[in-house]
Amino acid sequence: MTLTQHDIDAEIAAEHAAYEKRVADGGPVEHQPRRDYAPYRSSTLRHPKQPPINIDVSRDPELVELASPAFGERDITEIDNDLTRQHTGEPIGERITVSGRLLDRDGRPLRGQLVEIWQANSAGRYAHQREQHDAPLDPNFTGVGRMLTDDQGQYRFTTVQPGPYPWRNHVNAWRPAHIHFSMFGSAFTQRLVTQMYFPADPLFPYDPIIQSVTDDAARQRLVATYDHSLSVPEFSMGYHWDIVLDGPQATWIEEGR
Amino acid sequence: MTKIDTSNPAAVLPTPSHTVGPFYGYALPFPGGADIAPAGDGHEVVVRGYVYDGEGTPVPDAFLEIWGPDHEGNLPQVDGSIRRDPATGGYLGRNGVEFTGWGRSQTDAGGHWYVRTLWPGARGDNAPYLSVCVFARGLLVHLFTRIYFEGDPALASDPLLARLAPERRDTLVARPQADGTYRFDVRLQGEGETVFLEFT
Ligand SMILES: [Fe+3]
Repeated sequence: MTLTQHDIDAEIAAEHAAYEKRVADGGPVEHQPRRDYAPYRSSTLRHPKQPPINIDVSRDPELVELASPAFGERDITEIDNDLTRQHTGEPIGERITVSGRLLDRDGRPLRGQLVEIWQANSAGRYAHQREQHDAPLDPNFTGVGRMLTDDQGQYRFTTVQPGPYPWRNHVNAWRPAHIHFSMFGSAFTQRLVTQMYFPADPLFPYDPIIQSVTDDAARQRLVATYDHSLSVPEFSMGYHWDIVLDGPQATWIEEGR
Repeated sequence: MTKIDTSNPAAVLPTPSHTVGPFYGYALPFPGGADIAPAGDGHEVVVRGYVYDGEGTPVPDAFLEIWGPDHEGNLPQVDGSIRRDPATGGYLGRNGVEFTGWGRSQTDAGGHWYVRTLWPGARGDNAPYLSVCVFARGLLVHLFTRIYFEGDPALASDPLLARLAPERRDTLVARPQADGTYRFDVRLQGEGETVFLEFT
């Protein structure tokens, strides 16, 4: 009973068709994955079966969840956003610059917010004890960065292109190259952890994690754009990726909206 | 389509969530992450428990973020939870004097987590509570829940608890233990499934 890519492909196609049917029947566009997404096997025992209890934040400005923890200059060092300068030597791989804006649902910049990233090295290996993938570690690359967004909500990281890597969801499962991102907004309700991908990765159709976002347009929002103006001459390739945080905010109340 | 045109409101659509995966352990947790209470404050509370999956197996690769007010109900806007050392590039950690209200607690190999923070004060009509955000490998979108405290008279009039059937309500209430700590388990699925929240 080995689970093959063919089996997973069929499940991914069925989930996608089911979503298209929900929309055709008048259902809403689903910007977020469902927590219950069987092609990603680890979700099977880790998703709630009860529907979440809804809280309308406009009824209570005192909710703890409408505020967010503060982060400041003390929480980062100046080179935390340059993953190529954390060791004595240069990491192996194609250097890249990843930059974009952190926005709320109204398109307003989220300023001074913490953005954290982590990723595999250029060979597709994480610097993590439990990582079993037989690819080389790079003594000059840890793969962790953080920074605060600036006054325009901008972030910018210098790193190396991460490699794709195998995992054990099914036989011959490979993750497309990605960078993990974690973001805070002005309300705790806006919290987001996700993954950024690179343009035109041939692994996209086979990967149940990116395919868990069944809406085609929403899935595209996880893919960065190559941006020649972000490429640094004789140094790095540039990618642009804007992030929009979901979730209601207190300012809607303060501004009477 | 990852340059968002902010002049067109219809184009400003949310970025989808993904699981944290198995390898966040060297990126997100930080030393002293679960020790939020300043030393000697006198209003300390320790909450501890397990995260369980749908078969009742402890989850060793989850973490909780805890966010709450001080004992007077004020939500701090104080940075310094993580504090980095510009000289060595390492961690200075919390200074043990200021209350930032926020921390991160990862489950250990046995699925156990804890937080040491201040007793939250009440805000508005709500009984005192800590806000909790749960992340795990396998969880495609994080889960919000709350920790209330057994024995608080305000529980009887809390607007959220009032909406829940008794057995579901109990999943949000931490219980005092013989050692003075409070027990709060997170059950992601199945029998005794924790109440999770959605904000709109
Ligand atoms: Fe990964």
